[in-house]
Amino acid sequence: MSLKSVKKAAMPDTQTFNGAEILIKTLADLDVDTIFGYPGGAVLPIYDSLFDNHDLKHVLIRHEQAGTHAADGYARATGKPGVVLATSGPGGTNTVTGIATAMMDSIPLVVLTGQVPTSVIGNDAFQEADIVGITRPITKQNYLVRDVNELEDVLREAFHIATNGRPGPVLVDLPKDMLNTTGNYKCNDKVDIPSFKPTLHGHQPQIAKAAKMLSEAKKPLIYVGGGAISGEAWKEVTAFAERLNVPVTTTLMGLGAFPESRPQSLGMLGMHGTWYANMAMTECDVLLAVGARFDDRVTGRLNGFSQKSRKIHIDIDPSCIGKNVDVEIPIVGDVKRVIPAIDKLAKPPEISEWWDTIHSWQKEHPLVVPRGDDKIYPQHMVKMISEVTGGNAIVVTDVGQHQMWAAQHYKFNHPRSWISSGGLGTMGYGFPAAMGAALACPDRDVVCITGDGGFQMSSYELATAVEYKIPVKIALMNNNCLGMVRQWQQLFYKNRTSYSVFGSNNPDFVKMAESYGAVGMRATNPEEMREVLNKAMKIKDAPVLMDFQVVETENCYPMVPSGAALDEMVESDEEANKG
Amino acid sequence: MSTTTIIKTPKHTLSVLVKHNLNTLSRIIGIFSAKGFELDSVTFASEAEPGMARLTITTRGDERTVEQINKHLHNVVDVLKVTNLTHKKCIERELAIVKVSTAKVGRPEIMLIAQAFKAKVIDITSDKLALEVTGNTDKVDAMIEVLRPYGIIAMSRTGSIALKREFQGAVNIN
Ligand SMILES: Cc1ncc(C[n+]2csc(CCOP(=O)(O)OP(=O)(O)O)c2C)c(N)n1
Ligand SMILES: [Mg+2]
Repeated sequence: MSLKSVKKAAMPDTQTFNGAEILIKTLADLDVDTIFGYPGGAVLPIYDSLFDNHDLKHVLIRHEQAGTHAADGYARATGKPGVVLATSGPGGTNTVTGIATAMMDSIPLVVLTGQVPTSVIGNDAFQEADIVGITRPITKQNYLVRDVNELEDVLREAFHIATNGRPGPVLVDLPKDMLNTTGNYKCNDKVDIPSFKPTLHGHQPQIAKAAKMLSEAKKPLIYVGGGAISGEAWKEVTAFAERLNVPVTTTLMGLGAFPESRPQSLGMLGMHGTWYANMAMTECDVLLAVGARFDDRVTGRLNGFSQKSRKIHIDIDPSCIGKNVDVEIPIVGDVKRVIPAIDKLAKPPEISEWWDTIHSWQKEHPLVVPRGDDKIYPQHMVKMISEVTGGNAIVVTDVGQHQMWAAQHYKFNHPRSWISSGGLGTMGYGFPAAMGAALACPDRDVVCITGDGGFQMSSYELATAVEYKIPVKIALMNNNCLGMVRQWQQLFYKNRTSYSVFGSNNPDFVKMAESYGAVGMRATNPEEMREVLNKAMKIKDAPVLMDFQVVETENCYPMVPSGAALDEMVESDEEANKG
Repeated sequence: MSTTTIIKTPKHTLSVLVKHNLNTLSRIIGIFSAKGFELDSVTFASEAEPGMARLTITTRGDERTVEQINKHLHNVVDVLKVTNLTHKKCIERELAIVKVSTAKVGRPEIMLIAQAFKAKVIDITSDKLALEVTGNTDKVDAMIEVLRPYGIIAMSRTGSIALKREFQGAVNIN
């Protein structure tokens, strides 16, 4: 009852606007500064409101999928929710891959779609698609707003749900007649969803048990996932691991949560992880998983995964715990709160022997960067980008060999500086996501390390990048093939490289860039590569495409073949062919 | 899945309090199909409290699977409460209407069976009887099995609904 009377008291503030205006006002209230959109019939009322609104920056992307990836890149770079606007029917369905990508990696997005008028919903009207039904399994929550008087509350709820607990995408479907109808705007920023109360504080007895187990460990390992990034817990994790002097490995999604310049860092683990990280995972006796989900790309064959360890798992999403791997101490909570609570109680364990073992693994099995005078090895390309940017760039990738090499050889020292589609592995993600990150962080260098395959899935966004002067540095690792597919075919299909080699059928990427008004440059050897990179880094008002023609036959190692255990990784073509 | 495994995997009854909307219902059903969980029966109806509804779900699986189902249900934004009634004292009921042939043995024998299960005769024709039975799912299953040899012409079951008993004393957890 008391809540109701508070609302009543606020009533004098209530003003009336049409749905489209209420939408724009509420977005402003929610601190949205940028939206990525594409117009169409059902959202024309919104575009009309945007016409003379100059506070909200609308970026006209060239395809709704790219818009969704751009919003996702914006979200990963900032932690703020990315916002997309698309029309009904094909506009909405074009966002689907982007939404699924964000869902898999727990990225906060709010996707606004137009819908046909309520009177014809269900009639197969022109450009009608049941987008709420289509996106149900790939959104954290979604809504169809039929009543304009519910619009403001639904939007506030959508943003709240997208960003709280385990983040994720939320879709709001907006029928055209609702957008044209006048309704109440209350400017009521209270959101109370009784059924949505994520657990933040870990269970204290579990925390105490975890601290004791870690303090007494002989071979502990901390395994950090994307939850430490989305939970903004990098400072806490770093302080904790350094004080305890315990080795840390990160997942693909966790890169940057712990600085790789620190001696405790073992780099990434998993299918293309470092030898020593995978061995540490196999041999450790106590494993602390922090916001990670024991994904199959991390664990390898489950019955060979970290069999000797007792496991502690901290995650804000209880459904992540015990899903793939049994854990002894589950702790449901916000990593940013749970880690300091464990830190308070834990003593640095006595583990000098464990460090000796790890150091000898690091010496015997380092990551290899082959180099040639007259040719560019892909690993060398990443290494040089890492050097030229001082490890301070935001690195955005597509999916494939270049992605794994980027993860291995770029030295990540900062959170929210590695942006890559981990869970869904979406080709075409990189370049638009890089645009989103660059718009969100104009003061940072943004390098998009992409492949000749993946780049062609969203190269049309060069038009957007040129229009908005977005200075993304596209480092195209051009091996004239779908390298990762070819690698698998070589290793597991007797080198039958079926439909994975473009050969000379790739376009001239430099000319392509130039035709859009972007800068295009090419390098075929390391000297040219350094020159091109140095030139590119100075350009601040246009996208630059660097066509790096790399050794086409390189494969990415170490590799845990699918179906193998983590310690059964191979380090070269020769070794792989033997097995 | 073969029938023997179905019989072996333990049955669980979950009572789920949700906001009454079809999107929530679809999300819940979607979890079962997307994650490959089993679904024996589901009922969905309005709660006493306006705007709320309750699902009673019977599913099968080991403890770990049911724990996962529980967690996934909790993750649905509009789910307020999930209660696993499996190990609780609860009141469970299901209603079934069974049309059975009387051609082979005549009416009296079928009516005797109906009596034994406290089933009501709700329709009679020259060669069939329609019976209404309520009880827990095991009882309904049992009557159906007994009637099957006589020839079941059609039947309709509501699926189980259940609520926790107020008095939980003297519960044998195992
Ligand atoms: C949309 C989509 N389609 C197909 C795939 C499967 N796939 C994974 S990696 C890869 C090859 C990528 O080639 P390229 O972008 O040139 O990168 P490279 O591996 O050569 O570095 C393919 C086809 C995918 N991940 N995403
Ligand atoms: Mg390629």
